[in-house]
Amino acid sequence: MSQEKREIVIPSQLLGDAEGNKAGRGTFIENGKIYSEMLGILSKRSNYINVIPLKGRYDAIEGDFVIGIVREAMASSWLVDINAPYPALLHVNEVPWDVDFGETEKYLNHGDSVMAKILEVNVEKKLQITLKDRNLYKIRGGHITYIEPSKVPRLIGKKGSMISLLKKYTRCRIFVGQNGRIWIDGDEDDIAKVIYAIRKIEEESLAFGLTNRIEELLKKDIKDVQ
Amino acid sequence: MESDIKLIDDNGKRLDGRAPDELRKIKIEVGVLHRAEGSCYLEWGENKVMAAVYGPREALPRHTQNPLRAIVNARYNMAAFSVDDRKRPGPDRRSREISKVISEALEKVILLEKFPRASIDVNIEVLNAEAGTRCAGLTAAGVALADAGIPLKDIPVACAAGKIDGHVVLDLGKEEDNFGDADLPVAISPRTNEILLLQMDGHLTVEEFDKALEMAINGCHIASDIQKKAIMDKYQSAPEVK
Repeated sequence: MSQEKREIVIPSQLLGDAEGNKAGRGTFIENGKIYSEMLGILSKRSNYINVIPLKGRYDAIEGDFVIGIVREAMASSWLVDINAPYPALLHVNEVPWDVDFGETEKYLNHGDSVMAKILEVNVEKKLQITLKDRNLYKIRGGHITYIEPSKVPRLIGKKGSMISLLKKYTRCRIFVGQNGRIWIDGDEDDIAKVIYAIRKIEEESLAFGLTNRIEELLKKDIKDVQ
Repeated sequence: MESDIKLIDDNGKRLDGRAPDELRKIKIEVGVLHRAEGSCYLEWGENKVMAAVYGPREALPRHTQNPLRAIVNARYNMAAFSVDDRKRPGPDRRSREISKVISEALEKVILLEKFPRASIDVNIEVLNAEAGTRCAGLTAAGVALADAGIPLKDIPVACAAGKIDGHVVLDLGKEEDNFGDADLPVAISPRTNEILLLQMDGHLTVEEFDKALEMAINGCHIASDIQKKAIMDKYQSAPEVK
């Protein structure tokens, strides 16, 4: 694989003509020219010019799986922080338990973590999440760590190559939320190793051939332990 | 205002040895604060300014929310130790005015429609002041916004021009500001040359004003290049660390 670097662009940087190119995500058109609107990585795919953000809050999309932290239990719903600009609403109808009115605190309380799915994002960007899907539940035990939401695809890798690598070498259970929160459960040493690898991935997310290097890193660590 | 200090010598040099169209030294560091989403430390001559961006996050109290777009809360604050005599801490008439004009300048470059009901909070802390802190603060805020990954139409930049001893000069220093005849801070959007902020203190004739404005805009472009280079350096170098 070539070692060329991915190009970093900054807001207001000229990316190309609007004729012949299409302005994708993270760009805007003014006077027939395409400009970047944020700090990110340039990616050109079949005459679409996109800018993938380097930093910034999670932009909620319907159907995404996320990890949320409960901020408030109200009479018939919870407010959950999912690292978006706005708190997400979790209604009692959207949880698998039969909750009586005013008894939400018995099930989820301030500080609890849940795996959830984004149910709805409306025009006002009001968010609703649900626990009614397979493999969604309240998190008990394990460790939660965080990376930039824009680096989640890198952590998962092509067809899940990176994440399955981590699972294979550490015997941890890992759940990556699209909002950048990662839940890891397993041996203490294994958790530490996964977090180390995740930090490495975050640091070098722009480099090519990263999956191979992480595999070497994980192999080496196992030898050290044995 | 007449004074016995000579601000421009016979060779056309200023008190600190600068030419009339020369900026003070600018140094920009990006991403210096851990807890903020975006941050910037900027030195502009002896001005030392820190800017931090938080958000976009839900605007509170709720009545300040706008259902169609985000609001920008910029807060300009001078540290008590930033000036020779201790500045009484807390917002005063001057800093509230500067906060307001900076907020309005930033609103023009941020794509606010992407974050309805949200607020973007920009804190600008002046640690050391030497004339032109609002320009330094706004320039730092622009870098911090870009660092926070907030969608922008442009990175705003500001620079002042003024008149000392009857000459129009760029980027007034401390004595030049105190004993000069006029000060004209200008903030622009460097891509389009749109003016985001323009204030004037003192008196200028129409010709002097036109000259000062042109000079200030040129100064803005120089500062803008430094801003862009600082951001690029920070993020281009990151993946090479092994």
